[in-house]
Amino acid sequence: MRENTNEMELIFDSRSENEGFARVAVAAFMTQLNPTLEEVADVKTAVSEAVTNAVIHGYRQEVHKIWIRCRMNRHALEIEVRDQGQGIENIEKAMQPMYTTRPELDRSGMGFAFMEAFMDELEVESEPGKGTIVRMKKKIGQGRDGWTLQ
Amino acid sequence: MKYQIEENCLTIFLPKELDHHQTEVIRREADRQIERNHVKYVIFDFGETSFMDSSGIGVMMGRYRKLSLTGGEVWAANLNERMKKILKMSGAAKIIRIYEEERK
Repeated sequence: MRENTNEMELIFDSRSENEGFARVAVAAFMTQLNPTLEEVADVKTAVSEAVTNAVIHGYRQEVHKIWIRCRMNRHALEIEVRDQGQGIENIEKAMQPMYTTRPELDRSGMGFAFMEAFMDELEVESEPGKGTIVRMKKKIGQGRDGWTLQ
Repeated sequence: MKYQIEENCLTIFLPKELDHHQTEVIRREADRQIERNHVKYVIFDFGETSFMDSSGIGVMMGRYRKLSLTGGEVWAANLNERMKKILKMSGAAKIIRIYEEERK
């Protein structure tokens, strides 16, 4: 356990109605970092993408558990979204923008692209049958420095 | 789903948060209205919307795919700056037309 880090862990059903809950929970937790509104919006969007992936792709809309773990230090937020679903066969392909394995569901295939756009770092660990872990990091708290000339 | 039909034009008033959960409803209802009323033009009204993820892009693109077969169009209106930015950064703004206030 590192000093000056603050962690939380959330476990919830992979129901689409919980996507909003996950966003708000992470947003609430990160308030302590004094984020800008834009940083909160960015993180909410990235969390929404990762959770939606677990709901639609990981569990193919069956109800199982999704884990979210957040860890903060003074300047940065790390988020881990985990499912024990079907896993990703080809991670590189999955992360290509516009690629989707579920076109019939009107999926834009842009989930990972959005995560990459709104977070500073993105890492995906997955194996077919072994679930998926999405790890994202973002530096937060530009607002903390008070007046900044830009 | 909050919507309005005028002849062959369907306006969908999007909710505050446009995510996968919300788009599931919109997808079903919009397609039902499109078929029933031979809709050619769909307008997504973002007036109440302050959050959108890639599911929102997906539901608009899906409607576009359907409508483009009959020469229809999909528009987005009343977007705030963030929504506009997301639409543009996703590339969807090349296909989904943005209705600016000045165009009235």
